[in-house]
Amino acid sequence: MTSDSILAVERLSAGYGRVAVLRDVSVDLAAGEMVALIGANGAGKTTLLRSLAGLLKPSGGRVWLEGADVTGMAPERLVRQGMALVPEGRMLFGPMTVTENLLLGAHSRPRRDESVRTDMDRVSALFPVLVERSSQPAATLSGGEQQMLAVGRALMSSPRVLLLDEPSLGLAPKVIADIFRVLKSLRSEGLSILLVEQDARLALRHADRGYVMRTGEIALAGTGAQLLENDDVRHIYLGARHDSRG
Amino acid sequence: MGSAELLQYVVAGFKSGAIYALVALGFTLVYGSTGIINFAQGEFFMLGGVLSVFYYRLGLPLLLAALAGVVTTAGVGLAFERLALRPRRDAGALVLIIITIGGSMVMKSLTRHIFGPDEATLPEFTPGPSIAFGGVAIERQALWLWGLTIVAVLALTWLYRKTRFGRAMRACSLSHDAARLMGIDTARVVMVSFGLAAALGALAGLAVTPLTQTAWDVGATAGMKGFAAAILGGLGNPVASVIGGLVLGLLESLSVAFLSSTYKDAIALIVLLIVLFLRPQGLIGRARREKV
Repeated sequence: MTSDSILAVERLSAGYGRVAVLRDVSVDLAAGEMVALIGANGAGKTTLLRSLAGLLKPSGGRVWLEGADVTGMAPERLVRQGMALVPEGRMLFGPMTVTENLLLGAHSRPRRDESVRTDMDRVSALFPVLVERSSQPAATLSGGEQQMLAVGRALMSSPRVLLLDEPSLGLAPKVIADIFRVLKSLRSEGLSILLVEQDARLALRHADRGYVMRTGEIALAGTGAQLLENDDVRHIYLGARHDSRG
Repeated sequence: MGSAELLQYVVAGFKSGAIYALVALGFTLVYGSTGIINFAQGEFFMLGGVLSVFYYRLGLPLLLAALAGVVTTAGVGLAFERLALRPRRDAGALVLIIITIGGSMVMKSLTRHIFGPDEATLPEFTPGPSIAFGGVAIERQALWLWGLTIVAVLALTWLYRKTRFGRAMRACSLSHDAARLMGIDTARVVMVSFGLAAALGALAGLAVTPLTQTAWDVGATAGMKGFAAAILGGLGNPVASVIGGLVLGLLESLSVAFLSSTYKDAIALIVLLIVLFLRPQGLIGRARREKV
């Protein structure tokens, strides 16, 4: 754990029932950094994010958020500590309106927090389409709009660490570009971002650093550029033909 | 049959219907926040009547006794969730439903043990002769029933649509995980919905007591009727539950008018089966869509 990391994960293990999915995973994230987590399906990326957000109790290891031990803390408390997750599949409240979804995003904040209004304006500025859709049920939005709403909803909790699970999944290239532009502008405002991506090239191109996960462990770590150059990574995750290790 | 006579049956139907609607609202609230059917809902109805009688006999004025009955029953609902259900909340819906069945037996037996086996009643809230209206006689207590049902529905709708807590309740009914990620204390939402469901059941149970009497064993029938009404309207939607209740009451009453009173209690079961076979989402409810 480096002294300036906002999120430090030390030898985390977790799983479902008796099935261990994560083994001794150590990851850290510095303030204002965007870190990508790549790896094949089933490598444990989603499990790691779920454990970090509190949806899954780890079976071993420690998680530190801004120097405080938050291991095993419930999600409704973690979001108050500044950690927000944009979950796999987005998990929007489909029959509720866009505005209601955004207000729910701010539920963790005090009732009379004046800055909720400011953050609502900020999210509207980042994703103007959400303003046009404000009174529509979330389920009626397009896939891209839903992803923007999911990110916007997470931002409404005013997080310092944003965890994102596959934000590009199933979206058109233009929408993906929009979302990554927003993520980079959020990073430049000081938000720390840990990003799980299936599209390794996309993730590594935008991220400061990356980790490669394989069967529940961290197999490789490096800067985005280093990993993009790495032969194994190129071979296995960047679309070159799979070899016997694939 | 003359039209006045038919109208009298319709009035009677809406009278039972209002009761079913209030009980159905309790089913809907708990189903909304937990996804389970609370088979102890009928016992909340029973407790509302029995406890109000108890307080009334202690010497409290009628409306205060009624209020105390509702509040105590709500307390029972909160305690039931906290002590019997929450410890097993990860056990799956079936286990929880069976706990509610067990809970209903416990509440029933304890009530009999504590308050005795005899039937009891309350005076009408505003005693007086029935009101004649278009050739139909309407009991004053029926007006109370309807008034209370309307107030309960409006209050619930306001809670759901306009308040922060209601928004959290709706979020919970869609996904507990997503709700927790928003910082919603889902355990608290579930407990409060049990408390509210118990209060609604109690309200129905005590408001009807002047008309029908109450006793330790009236919960099962009320619960069954309320459940049928909730299914008929569409579980999880307050307005639909009320419509389900009124329709069920009307069907029962018309069956007495046109068939025979023998079949009255079977109507709810028949309706339940037909709806489950043909339109499981209920009259109003939409088919459960894939959650986004």
